[in-house]
Amino acid sequence: MSVSMRYQNMFETVSANNHLAYIPFVIVGDPNPELSIQIIDKLVESGADGLELGLAFSDPVADGPVIQQATLRPLANQFTIESGLNLIGQIREKYPELPIGLLTYANLVFAQGIETFLNKCRNVGIDSVLVADCPVKESRLFAKTAKDCGIQLVFIAPPDASDDTLQQIAQNSQGYTYVLSRKGITGTEVAASKAKTDFLQKLRQYNSPPLVQGFGISEPQHVFDAANAGVDGIITGSAIVNLINQHYNNPQIMLEQIGDYVRSIAEAAHTDHGSVA
Amino acid sequence: MSLNNTNSTQFEYDGAYIGQYGGQFVPQILVPALEQLEGAFESAIKDEDFLAELNELLNHYAGRPTPLTECQTFGRTENCRIFLKREDLLHGGAHKTNQVLAQALLAKRMGKTRVIAETGAGQHGVATALACALLGLKATVYMGKKDCDRQAPNVFRMRLMGAEVIPVDNGSASLKDAINEALRDWASSYDDTHYLLGTAAGPHPFPKMVKRFQQVIGEEAKKQMLEQTGQLPDAVIACVGGGSNAIGIFADFIKEEQVKLIGVEPAGHGLDSDAHGATLLKGTEGIIHGSRTHILQTKEGQIRESHSVSAGLDYPAVGPEHVHLMTSGRAEYVGITDDEALQAFQDLSHAEGIIPALESSHALAYAKKLSQQADKPTVLLVNLSGRGDKDLSHVMAILDEANATKDSNGEA
Repeated sequence: MSVSMRYQNMFETVSANNHLAYIPFVIVGDPNPELSIQIIDKLVESGADGLELGLAFSDPVADGPVIQQATLRPLANQFTIESGLNLIGQIREKYPELPIGLLTYANLVFAQGIETFLNKCRNVGIDSVLVADCPVKESRLFAKTAKDCGIQLVFIAPPDASDDTLQQIAQNSQGYTYVLSRKGITGTEVAASKAKTDFLQKLRQYNSPPLVQGFGISEPQHVFDAANAGVDGIITGSAIVNLINQHYNNPQIMLEQIGDYVRSIAEAAHTDHGSVA
Repeated sequence: MSLNNTNSTQFEYDGAYIGQYGGQFVPQILVPALEQLEGAFESAIKDEDFLAELNELLNHYAGRPTPLTECQTFGRTENCRIFLKREDLLHGGAHKTNQVLAQALLAKRMGKTRVIAETGAGQHGVATALACALLGLKATVYMGKKDCDRQAPNVFRMRLMGAEVIPVDNGSASLKDAINEALRDWASSYDDTHYLLGTAAGPHPFPKMVKRFQQVIGEEAKKQMLEQTGQLPDAVIACVGGGSNAIGIFADFIKEEQVKLIGVEPAGHGLDSDAHGATLLKGTEGIIHGSRTHILQTKEGQIRESHSVSAGLDYPAVGPEHVHLMTSGRAEYVGITDDEALQAFQDLSHAEGIIPALESSHALAYAKKLSQQADKPTVLLVNLSGRGDKDLSHVMAILDEANATKDSNGEA
């Protein structure tokens, strides 16, 4: 099955204006299904160009304390993978052109059968799947099935990866390549470092899809730094999830603060950054 | 024993995999750290200087070889003799020290100055703490909050030897969560830090490497069996949590097809209950902590909490090689409940003057069962993987509670 054109279309529009794409991240179903939909609506109306949605897993080893809290909350609340995917289906119906990526862990893809899982993803309108604990060297477990199901597999490029690895990542990642601003796990405690740009150039040389930077991006200044480093888009996760952690008992305040925050990042992303590359 | 499609390479690693199990399912950021470790490991085991230095430590610091002791009364029947491989006498109190010394030497060889580790019962943490004290490395040990409480003496031991112990209160607050925390630490610290994983599980090269550094148990035991009995054992029995003591004693017997290999899993409150850690018997295939293996999990792939009276077996996954040994038919896996293990803990103490670890008590309980069924001359080799000093207060509390219940029932 052929993959969707949503990422390609979105990046073309964004780069035509010399903007960065802004892809916010939240855990789907958090803190509950109803509020989760309201949160996602808020992300979109405040300027998101795409969505990266995390699927709650009991053992999220790539995540820091902020996202761990958010991932365990729906799990304690009768959340199921089935209900999470159905919720994404509702989001897809509302926003037919919006690129939607799923961020998950290998065991959730594997447990019910790789083909079953990825077909469900395709059926609810997910464009890409990033498996947080599947490095490119293990990608063969999922790659063929993903292709058959029309799902784009996204891989993560760390700043200190070898040239060989960067080449494999560039060649295997589809939709976009998730580039790390720093080592470690998700969270805003350690800010993005702005020095590393050579690995971004290498990824481009190896014909990577658009580069989207994540981990440690929380302020508008980080967005300008990312633009200077030459990426095509940015992801913020922990900063938004932190607002959910703090205010989920007071939905009105939570939604207002998420709206304000996402607008501030979207504004920075949607500035004319000049032409790069 | 008949094996399916036996060939000489069936039980060897092919890259990161043994059979279809294993692999390197970790965040991309950790791949260079694992590749560096794999390179260092493969070169070290071919380096005579490294092996000599390791042997020196094993013999003159840790106390190898450990004895092989024949039980005088425990499990002794007309037909059956039980031999114990005495890893309980190893420095540190358990088999863990064998491979920790090796990995700590590797850490120095790679120029690392800090070591992180996870621990369940605390035995691996203690071994890590002692090796780091000896070799001048900084140690940080992650330990589930629940385990810190039930293994308090080991927490004190680690701190006494200079290790920092960090209680982990996430998830089920036990071994799997301690591994998660160690992996998170390593994702930003690998430049100067070695993750000293304590069992034959996790991402490649850990399962292969831990096996290589624990196989000394089986090599010694085989030689000692031949010296003391003139024959190989009919069966080798070991408890299985992550599976390092079992793979260590099995390794040199895998090619001896007439020797049965029996792994004993923690059946907790019973294999049909929700409270056990019998990953091989009751788990299903999945991917956790870097490895394609068997896991206790829901249909949708969420990891379930395991249960065992022994913290060291309380882990919802297992080393990949055990899955391969089971599915190929080379090894057999059975369950022993908390109550049966507690009984064996007391039985061995009473019969032989040896207090076994609760983990090893699972293997002992199964050996005793076999001895009672033996209808022809049978020689059993049991890996007594650790000593029970760490379990005393925990077992005392359980037995006191059981007696109190019995008394109140008696009065009613």
